[in-house]
Amino acid sequence: MTALFRMTDVVKHFRVERGTVHAVDGVSLEVARGEILGLVGESGCGKSTLARLAVRIYAPDAGRIELDGADITSMGRRELRARRTKMQMIFQDPFASFNPRATAGRIIEEPLIVHARGDAKERKERVRWLMDKVGLPPEAAARYPHEFSGGQRQRIGIARALALAPGLIVCDEPVSALDVSIRAQVINLLMKLRADLDVSYIFISHDLSVVAHMADRIAVMYLGKIVELADRQTLWRAPLHPYTRALMSSIPTAGVGGKRETLPLRNVDPPSPLAPPSGCRFHTRCPHAEAICSAQEPPLRAIGSDKRKVACHLVTEDAGGAAPAWSKLHA
Amino acid sequence: MAPLLDVRDLTTQFFTQKGAFAAVDKVSFKVNAGETMALVGESGCGKSVTAASILRLVPDPPGRITGGEIIFEGKDLLSLSMREMRKVRGGRIGMIFQEPMTSLNPVFTIGDQITESLREHRTISRADAERRAIELLDLVRIPDARRQIHNYPHRLSGGMRQRAMIAMALACDPVLLIADEPTTALDVTTQAQILELLDELKRRLGMAILLITHDLGVVAEYAQSVLVMYAGRGVEAAKVEDLFRQPMHPYTRGLLAALPHPDDKVDSEGRPLPLNEISGMVPALDAMPAGCRFEPRCSYAVPACKTADVRLEVLAGGLRSAACLRAAEIDQDQS
Repeated sequence: MTALFRMTDVVKHFRVERGTVHAVDGVSLEVARGEILGLVGESGCGKSTLARLAVRIYAPDAGRIELDGADITSMGRRELRARRTKMQMIFQDPFASFNPRATAGRIIEEPLIVHARGDAKERKERVRWLMDKVGLPPEAAARYPHEFSGGQRQRIGIARALALAPGLIVCDEPVSALDVSIRAQVINLLMKLRADLDVSYIFISHDLSVVAHMADRIAVMYLGKIVELADRQTLWRAPLHPYTRALMSSIPTAGVGGKRETLPLRNVDPPSPLAPPSGCRFHTRCPHAEAICSAQEPPLRAIGSDKRKVACHLVTEDAGGAAPAWSKLHA
Repeated sequence: MAPLLDVRDLTTQFFTQKGAFAAVDKVSFKVNAGETMALVGESGCGKSVTAASILRLVPDPPGRITGGEIIFEGKDLLSLSMREMRKVRGGRIGMIFQEPMTSLNPVFTIGDQITESLREHRTISRADAERRAIELLDLVRIPDARRQIHNYPHRLSGGMRQRAMIAMALACDPVLLIADEPTTALDVTTQAQILELLDELKRRLGMAILLITHDLGVVAEYAQSVLVMYAGRGVEAAKVEDLFRQPMHPYTRGLLAALPHPDDKVDSEGRPLPLNEISGMVPALDAMPAGCRFEPRCSYAVPACKTADVRLEVLAGGLRSAACLRAAEIDQDQS
């Protein structure tokens, strides 16, 4: 299987007054055609920088980015513009990216005009089709962004992203600002579009429950690195990395049975991406950390026969399959 | 035993050029001593205006409390003068908000702000107040409290600021803490730690918490009783276990089914089935349906719902209530 999108050892640092932010520090991942790759992590983990690298809003400091077989790592502006038809992005707050004086119809049509697709009549036809696809009534085309609710604005953003029929859409927290009942509508829409159009998503969220519902595979990021990568079921049923486990047990679950046990995290504050800890970046908060964890950086390595990967010194493989070393202590 | 806080038919209206609209429309609930009671709902349901009304912090104009009673420790807070109310706020009732920087003054140290709050409510020497401030920072587990009281808010991380705000709210030993989305701006691991802390403090200090949240997961794990709000009204009230075991109002049921869960059923390709959707959206304040406010979105609606003024009605032997004409039927349908 050839990947639609591939990132290899990508690094992006930002120089700021007080030092260097290690936003993305050696990340490799790939996305197959029609696949949803979930990317989950907390603020400052570098997930939004990664999104902007993927669509080449940012250029990486090192590493390689490929889309559809072409190396886009250091493409210039003009070449990139042509490539943008194949990769689009949707944001948490689409309103901020809309021209407030353009109608919804015009906003959706914009990419078609910029890339000189069809004549006016064909474009109108396409806009009508897109609006229908995302569940907006035809008369909405004449309305302005401020007349729409949050959920409808996100539909406009999705229609605009789909206008040029891209292979890849990078979704940066697209449902995080929405209320639960509206969020379900948008999640279902994104899932339906993926099935109908065979488009791929890199779906970024801080909310593991949303990612675990939508994504085929999930990458967990912590301070600029991927610490665990697995398919959704595996990650949810048997997370290996202590950070993934902490993240999962921190999600309050709506259901009967009261409180789940919260894993203790050693230090209350996540370290600053300005000065990531030595060795494993999670060792300052990890309840299981040993001497090796602060001394050596654990590589992201494949575990077991399946496609899962984890970056933790303490995860061992034996006859019983992969297991974290400490779990035996509690068994 | 009388409840600690008894809110009866609270109505808060906003007066605009388009007319007067009730953001909170005859909302009633009780908070018992030592319990966590949650007000839960989506944006615009009136939960925050309810909290602000209890504290009498609704900006006037445009808002005004136009009806109801707020009985706290036997006294109607609505009958107090502003001066008496200031004594209650930060005294018997503590409060914390989503964004700590809105309550912390950036030009004063953490210690200054806690001691100020103490000296406002009590006769206490400067040295004693400082000792108490250190004690409070220890209580909320801010490491190295002795040094931190001299720090300014911007030096602290989001989670630490939230802790400092909790310390401030606890300064005068409140019996009720009103927490309006206290963890919404925080990362999940930090959120879990703050909620654990609040839960522990509640037990240790024997206070009650009125928790305002949009997150049903937080309700399930940290509250004992709950009022679900929709479009300015209470639609379902119950003990927390009952609500999640057997939601009775169609809105509550819809909300719970709209939550993604990794164990959701999958199709033949291993892809999860669509989530339950609640069609449409919350009506605007100036366009509320005449009858049940959820009727336009409700899959159980019958013609009578369009006109009936449905209010919380006691069900199941008085332990719970739902504002729905068909609640009893829906309940049977489940069991």
